[in-house]
Amino acid sequence: MTTAPYDDSPPRHALTVLGAGVMGVGITVLALGHGLPVHLVDIDRERLDRAADLIDGELRLAELMGALPAGTALGTLATDTSLKAAAGATAVVEAVTENAAIKAAVLSEVSGLVRPGTVLITNTSSIPVDELAGALERPEELVGTHFMNPPYLIGTAEVVRGARTGDAAMAAVAALLTALRRRAVVVRDAPGFVTSRILHPMINDAARVVEEGTATAEDVDALMQGCLGHPTGPLRTADLIGIDNLVDSLTVLHERTGDDGCRPTELLLRLVREGRLGRKSGRGFYDYT
Amino acid sequence: MTTADTPNTHDLEKELLGFLEGRTGTAWDADTDLFDAGGLSSLFAMQVVVHLEKTYAIAVRGADLRLDNFRTVRRMAELVDRLRVAAAGGRHG
Repeated sequence: MTTAPYDDSPPRHALTVLGAGVMGVGITVLALGHGLPVHLVDIDRERLDRAADLIDGELRLAELMGALPAGTALGTLATDTSLKAAAGATAVVEAVTENAAIKAAVLSEVSGLVRPGTVLITNTSSIPVDELAGALERPEELVGTHFMNPPYLIGTAEVVRGARTGDAAMAAVAALLTALRRRAVVVRDAPGFVTSRILHPMINDAARVVEEGTATAEDVDALMQGCLGHPTGPLRTADLIGIDNLVDSLTVLHERTGDDGCRPTELLLRLVREGRLGRKSGRGFYDYT
Repeated sequence: MTTADTPNTHDLEKELLGFLEGRTGTAWDADTDLFDAGGLSSLFAMQVVVHLEKTYAIAVRGADLRLDNFRTVRRMAELVDRLRVAAAGGRHG
């Protein structure tokens, strides 16, 4: 680190992360912890300021869990309310609200700012990648990567290749995930891909079971953990995802598959109305305060 | 501050066991691995770290910040005791 007075060589990866919500923060922590510089962008300056604190805390959690490579200096973090930061990125990760119109608008704008050939990665949990690709100047640059929360503790990421995703984008996302020490499993494009298509209706059913009075949230999770080997239980997972995001994602799935099992159950909708969004708000199915 | 730290550590363990029982609704032993299979989550581990830092005015940093130091109440108490002495001026030898 003390060999040269200055270093003009560009970093191998320079990430721009769009959206400073739960996933934007988690992906930023993953990248910083692996030595990559990150430009975190959000339209809300207050949320960016809160995110900087959250990032410090989550970097400590990652360290506590031994999830960061030893001897790697943390990447530098910059925050910005302007998308223009993406112009210098080697890869852009979009992690804004799970709403197709919002994501398409953000991706469209960023597509006009980046250098051609820069991979654009949407962290959507449910929206088909090709549906978003149409908003880009160069649709072949978009690929889906569904990181799980928290990304720095979960070693595998679901990578979604859309109908128009190019080989260069696939190679770029593979190189990025290697630098982040994540295992990539590449799947075809579809609403919810694999993980959300299976997990989200299951969580919806778990909420329905609670709503119908069959069992408490604690007992649902205890049975799914103790009998079926689920690591945390579906309702603790719901609290970790964020109930609002889960409802958005279920709505996307319901609209695109027609599967009635994906229609958000009344209990989930009520929790959102009451501001009980899970861990991030301090309360969801469980109390974290 | 030059007395043996054993009584301190014992009181600490009692406090920590009370804190854990309050937060988890379960009684724990000082030697139980809290994060073993079926135990507490990594996110809870971080809450424990923050709680210890605030309650005992210590900073857990660098090599101390690893789950092994928080696996049991006994180890947590040992860590707190060591860092408190360090924070008080490191006159322990």
